[in-house]
Amino acid sequence: MAYEKRLDGRKADEMRKISAKVGVIKEANGSAMFKIGDTVAYAAVYGPRNFHPKFLQNPEKGVLRCKYNMMPFSGAGDRVRPGGNRRSKEISMVIESSLASVLNLEDFPNAVVDVFIELSQTDAGTRCAGICAASMALADAGFAMKDLVASVSVGKVDGKVLVDLDYKEESYDGEVADIPIAVIPRSGKLTLLQMDGRVTKDELKKALELGKKACSQIYDVQKKALKSKFSGDKNE
Amino acid sequence: MALLTKDKSVVVPGEELASGMDYLPTNGTYRDGDKIVAARLGLLHIEGRLLKIIPFSGKYLPKRGDVIIAKVEDITLNGWRCYINSAYSALLNLRDASSEFIAKGADLTRYFTFGDYIVAGITNVTSQNIVDLTLKAPGLKKLGEGRIMHIDPNKMPRVIGKAGSMVNMIKEATDCRISVGQNGIIWIQGSPNNELVAVKSIEKISAESHVPGLTERIKKFLDKELKK
Repeated sequence: MAYEKRLDGRKADEMRKISAKVGVIKEANGSAMFKIGDTVAYAAVYGPRNFHPKFLQNPEKGVLRCKYNMMPFSGAGDRVRPGGNRRSKEISMVIESSLASVLNLEDFPNAVVDVFIELSQTDAGTRCAGICAASMALADAGFAMKDLVASVSVGKVDGKVLVDLDYKEESYDGEVADIPIAVIPRSGKLTLLQMDGRVTKDELKKALELGKKACSQIYDVQKKALKSKFSGDKNE
Repeated sequence: MALLTKDKSVVVPGEELASGMDYLPTNGTYRDGDKIVAARLGLLHIEGRLLKIIPFSGKYLPKRGDVIIAKVEDITLNGWRCYINSAYSALLNLRDASSEFIAKGADLTRYFTFGDYIVAGITNVTSQNIVDLTLKAPGLKKLGEGRIMHIDPNKMPRVIGKAGSMVNMIKEATDCRISVGQNGIIWIQGSPNNELVAVKSIEKISAESHVPGLTERIKKFLDKELKK
């Protein structure tokens, strides 16, 4: 059985519907919402601020600290027990490292920048939505960044290379590979590359090609969202 | 050789501003190959060959020579530790606090106690952002009763206006005493109603700081609010 037509009728290189908004959390220094299909991520940035415990401080530059969290009834499955788990800890770590390469925190030695990512609704691709939201929130908070980071998951379902897998495709009854990537759009460099499942070298190359194209579309949405926060109130 | 973005436009990190060597990157921009790229979210300003970005947001970074409003947080052996609306706290040394002689072991709360607000100057900032304050300059003092408000420090220049024009306008219209610190803390003292009008107008400035014609709008706003 080959996976010819996607379950929701999209083309192989077509993403779900994307929308983004900046400045959604008033009390945060920067915040953003990123929605792709039924996956919704909110990111809030606080800081730079005083960092405790002191032994974790870095006297050379500020520390980026991310927290990824799925809300209890966000998924289609069982209630997610609140308070973090091994999965969320790993994802927090990879999000941190995928954002660290664009962020310049040299002005803030010994301080910490907190990024909280909440998933209020999930349908696969959560870490990618989280990264997209977090990079917009960091820009909104006024940090010096080389570029934004755009992220999407690519993969293979039953022999077919696809962009932006949803949960039904990820749990498809057949051979599935899920490859979340994050891209610095200007240079095309990858800051996140993980893989679940198996693909051949050629398939991986093709998947990355599609992923980068999708990321440049996401980048446009991100840019537009950031700009509209400031051009929107001109009409008031 | 060419400019890729218009002057006074909103730019986001990673946006290419100019190509070629005719332009030079300054605040908030960087050079990557032959392109100049934005590194911050803000308004692009082109001054001759220089490109700079006036950021919309960001926490206060202490700078030498700034006049700020600080809140006394803690008392140490040799001075007062103050909150300055930044990731770092500042130290007001005994020597720089008062022209009076302060004896060893004196009760420091007699001079400044927890929760007091002061207008202070920054004398020194180290590479690790250790900040020293002083009160020994004209205009630097302890603040009395009043209303404290916080705004984004990046909006401060607009609140102050050219040579203080904006804040003076509010002072005159509302008959309030207003002290502004470059770290985004503002102290206001006046009659309760006028204090509120001052707060509202400052909030309006900070919300619309990037929209042209601000002074006129604030003038109208003040007239309307004070007539009520």
